[in-house]
Amino acid sequence: MTDISRDDVQHLAQLSSLALSDQEVDNLRIDIGNILGYINQLSELDTTGVEPTYQVTDLENVWREDKIDDYGLGRDDLLALAPESKDGQIKVPKVL
Amino acid sequence: MTKISDYISKNARQNVLEAIKRANDKNEYHALLSFTEARALERADAVDRGEITGRLAGVPFVVKDNFFAFGAPTTAASRMLEHFQAPLQATAVEKLEAEGAICIGKANLDAFAHGGSTENSAFGPTLNAFDKTKVAGGSSGGSAVVTALDIVPFALGSDTGGSIRQPASFNGVVGVKPTYGTVSRYGVVAMASSTDTIGCFATDAADAELIMDIMAGKDNKDMTTLPDFFKPTNVKPGLKIGLIKETTTDDVDPEVKQATLDYVARLKAAGHQVDEVTMPISKYALAIYYIVVPAEVSSNLARYDGIRYGHRAEGVATLAELYGKSRDEGFVAENKRRIMIGSYVLSSGFFDAYYLQAQKVRTLLINEFNKLFEDYDVLLGPTTPTPAFGLGENTADPIKMYLADIMTVPASLAGLPAISVPVGKSSNGLPIGVQLVGQRRSDADLLALAKSMEKA
Repeated sequence: MTDISRDDVQHLAQLSSLALSDQEVDNLRIDIGNILGYINQLSELDTTGVEPTYQVTDLENVWREDKIDDYGLGRDDLLALAPESKDGQIKVPKVL
Repeated sequence: MTKISDYISKNARQNVLEAIKRANDKNEYHALLSFTEARALERADAVDRGEITGRLAGVPFVVKDNFFAFGAPTTAASRMLEHFQAPLQATAVEKLEAEGAICIGKANLDAFAHGGSTENSAFGPTLNAFDKTKVAGGSSGGSAVVTALDIVPFALGSDTGGSIRQPASFNGVVGVKPTYGTVSRYGVVAMASSTDTIGCFATDAADAELIMDIMAGKDNKDMTTLPDFFKPTNVKPGLKIGLIKETTTDDVDPEVKQATLDYVARLKAAGHQVDEVTMPISKYALAIYYIVVPAEVSSNLARYDGIRYGHRAEGVATLAELYGKSRDEGFVAENKRRIMIGSYVLSSGFFDAYYLQAQKVRTLLINEFNKLFEDYDVLLGPTTPTPAFGLGENTADPIKMYLADIMTVPASLAGLPAISVPVGKSSNGLPIGVQLVGQRRSDADLLALAKSMEKA
């Protein structure tokens, strides 16, 4: 396993926008350490000169007309999904 | 088990009502999260009046609850989307409906499809169709179990690293993960965009072929879909098949190994050539997978912010608190593990050592597959190292849970088609599956081989 600190976990949680409880931080410290220990095995391979693979579609440059398509969805359909809305806008709590 | 043809030319309303009754009679398996009964009955009546026709007229089916479908929420088995009413339907669902199929409900899964047992569902696990003390597999566990219990003749799932093939193997049904880009992912909750695929469960290969034939094809709403290529076919004689040596080591359950070797003997008797082949790099596939996939998960799940849709936490004072609490409450532990591993491997200072290195080793894996496909038409091995494991057996150790996917992730990372076919049972009655892997776009050839072996 790879040793990571509670501060490391808190930093990752902040990067990930997760407000974790103390118990979660303790559990994740162990789990993440174990998982990093497992995936570290890739470091033993020599990949000098190997190109990375980011996608496996065999496709490149898929073009389309620069034309707006709303896919049959209107503004109201999307606003209806928001936890709270008012006057045609998504409402959020005061955050400043 | 029933087939699609058993439902054709029957009263569609009766088909739907009977399927719902079967599901209710077996509700202790917890395979379904919701019914789409009202809409299903409306559509059934339209079929019975002759207003909807097609190759699946009146045939009931179930979708994994990460597909947008009308008539019930799309929860992805999470608190985050518990009340999410999709404003549109997945292209895959639309295509099946256009052929007259009727969705009757939505199947349980690991929350956001993160898992290999369906125990990560925020609403409780699904039980194995053959033994209620064992897991259904996952992440498409509910879809596998409704098919295995004969509630419906087919069901849809998504497969990112084995999420169709592994539960198909655990429940004794056929599971198809197509070539990356075969079926549109429009309207399906995204997990890891470079390996997410849409496929199906069926009780035999011919039914799976029909469903894939209907769902496959280019979709302008998903720019990663391939030009149309899927065409049902019959098996070619004298195929060259490679049995992957690394999948039949002593780490593999002896009964699983024996069932695989028995299937190899049947392939030989049917006139195919089977040789043992080696894939040394495959032992690194799981490590590649658990870097690449969490990286993509952390990006894809960034959209759940509690603002535009999904769960929003109460009583927060700042924007950071709104995001943080909404996400902490809406995600299960495994979602958080993957998001945070993703953040780690993508963060500056670690990117080259983890993410970039993984994508380079992914190239080496693909090269090894390509080399084998110069000489072989199909590669074969067990779908999973063991039959279904016990409920709770692997939940305390994420690595142990991940190891159940060790045989299915290589094809996912390479974008290759792979199907799991049932080949036998263990001495305690649990199903065993074999995985057939082919070259890109050879999906129909794999299904043709599976069809021929069901008759052999």
